[in-house]
Amino acid sequence: MLEYALARLLRMVVTMLVIVTGVFFATRLSGNAVDFIGGEGLSAADRATLVAYYGLDASWLEQYWRYLRALAEGNFGISLVERRPVSTIALERVGPSLQLLVGAVLLTLAVAVPAGTLAAVYRKSWAGSMIMGAAFLGYAIPNFVLAVLLILTLSFWLGWLPSSGNGSLAHFVMPVVALSAFYIASLTRFTRNAMLDVLSQDYLRTARAKGLAEPRVIFKHALRNALITILSVLGLQIAGLAAAGNVVIETIFAWRGIGEMLVSAALRRDYPVLQFGVIAVALAVILINTLVDLAYGAADPRVRLARS
Amino acid sequence: MVHTTLSAPPAAPSLLHRATRLGAGLADVWADMNWIVRFTAVLGLVLVVLALAAPLIAPFDPNAQSLLSRLKPPMGLAGAKDGYLLGTDELGRDILSRCLHGLRLTLGVALLGAVIGLLLGGSLGLFAGIAGGRVDDLIMSLVDIQIAVPFTLVALLTVALLGGDLTVLIAVLGIAYWEQYARITRGEVLRLREMPFIEAARAAGASGWRIAVKHILPNLVSPLVVVFTVNISNIVLLESTLSFLGLGLRPPTATLGAMVGMGRDYLPSAPWIVAAPALLILLVTFVIQMLGDFLRDRTDVRLRER
Repeated sequence: MLEYALARLLRMVVTMLVIVTGVFFATRLSGNAVDFIGGEGLSAADRATLVAYYGLDASWLEQYWRYLRALAEGNFGISLVERRPVSTIALERVGPSLQLLVGAVLLTLAVAVPAGTLAAVYRKSWAGSMIMGAAFLGYAIPNFVLAVLLILTLSFWLGWLPSSGNGSLAHFVMPVVALSAFYIASLTRFTRNAMLDVLSQDYLRTARAKGLAEPRVIFKHALRNALITILSVLGLQIAGLAAAGNVVIETIFAWRGIGEMLVSAALRRDYPVLQFGVIAVALAVILINTLVDLAYGAADPRVRLARS
Repeated sequence: MVHTTLSAPPAAPSLLHRATRLGAGLADVWADMNWIVRFTAVLGLVLVVLALAAPLIAPFDPNAQSLLSRLKPPMGLAGAKDGYLLGTDELGRDILSRCLHGLRLTLGVALLGAVIGLLLGGSLGLFAGIAGGRVDDLIMSLVDIQIAVPFTLVALLTVALLGGDLTVLIAVLGIAYWEQYARITRGEVLRLREMPFIEAARAAGASGWRIAVKHILPNLVSPLVVVFTVNISNIVLLESTLSFLGLGLRPPTATLGAMVGMGRDYLPSAPWIVAAPALLILLVTFVIQMLGDFLRDRTDVRLRER
């Protein structure tokens, strides 16, 4: 197990290094940041001063080395647009993103597990087909289309919910729903399949044969066993939620989290913020994936044998 | 190849023969579909035809502005203007024409991206599976890195930095999911390598190249078709997400996602600007997902009884 964990850790470090390097050189390749923040009427002398001020006059290799050293010290630079340390900006943004993420994960669990279980138990009746039809729609609809449709109906036509910003509980509803729809749909499908696998097992026939009531068979014997698969899928989904979903949903709802920070930094060429955002989100995703993998390896010896 | 026998029918299948065989195959697939899948297949065909014929059937130039007819609602609503079936946007451009051209671009870009992914991932997977050893290790660790990196972020970064060029966009979409093809191909190659018929071919003296092309490739087709189909829907999603965020092609050229993104500002006063392209994206992803599911279930025998 220790060897497996170390191998995973090493892979994690290598991946992060690839990302940091890629991000650094990609931002340098796209032109000098000063030309984006300085505006049109910058004189050549002023431009040179600015370039020197931000340390952009050194060679790329030297900048890269400096950047790595700063990263190691926990120094992420200063935002070119807001003129504040990146770490200060990011700290303000982490909270709202986490709120959204936790809300989405809870909603996904609360809806998908019961829905998937029902769809498996009633797979031959209209109720099962309805659930799977809804799950299919949720799977096919892009989250920004859903978000726009929600805003259109719930904010503009019915006037029930605020269309953007964060603050009250009402602000939460649409972003969380739009963010989790896809994950609810896919987890419902996974839950149904996991339950179908379990429902055909011999020990369920035994449980019924010894006279247990059907709800007890379903929830105590079947769902419990299916839950291992379901939770590991959810673990992997959280990574996706944190990376892709947040970026889009936060932008649409003007939710001031990490994702919105990333997109506005990308549009304004705010390199230090962009670099930090990509690295932070990538790190979060990789950490989650590694943790899920380790947990999985701990639970199932076949996994760590196959991968080492 | 030269045929020495004269009495036997030609061994190389003629074009007509191939066409009838393809027709029979398609008829088989059609017979396996239930009415929902059939409906989706027809819908998909309609979408493809619309996309192909966009320059012929679009009533207006998609980028032609007409400031006199700005923000006109679709036909049937109060204030609609004759000729603008789905209304106009904030610059007086015809939404129907923009939708048709947007659909064409969206589908074209997604198809190209998927083909690049297939070629890149497929050949790397084939190479890893056949070569084995160090090469396999190297390619598989690339796959692992690709899985670990949240690609939407990479795409966002690349397009933001390199600009909304068609080539950049297609390249990004092509690299996005190559690892899926690589994994499937490698896995299948490893499985097939041990099969008796490959061993028989090797015993009969076939070269490694011949085995790869004649015996392994044909067996890869059906799993790859499934991945390819599902993949196109992922690529459509990724592309429309990027475009929606304003990180796609430079305006005025617009894919469907960009139309939704730009029209978002007019949502309260002119919801039709967003409604038509949003609905089209939904239709496209729905059709591809449905067909992908159908193909997967069809090739996976274990799922049939469910």
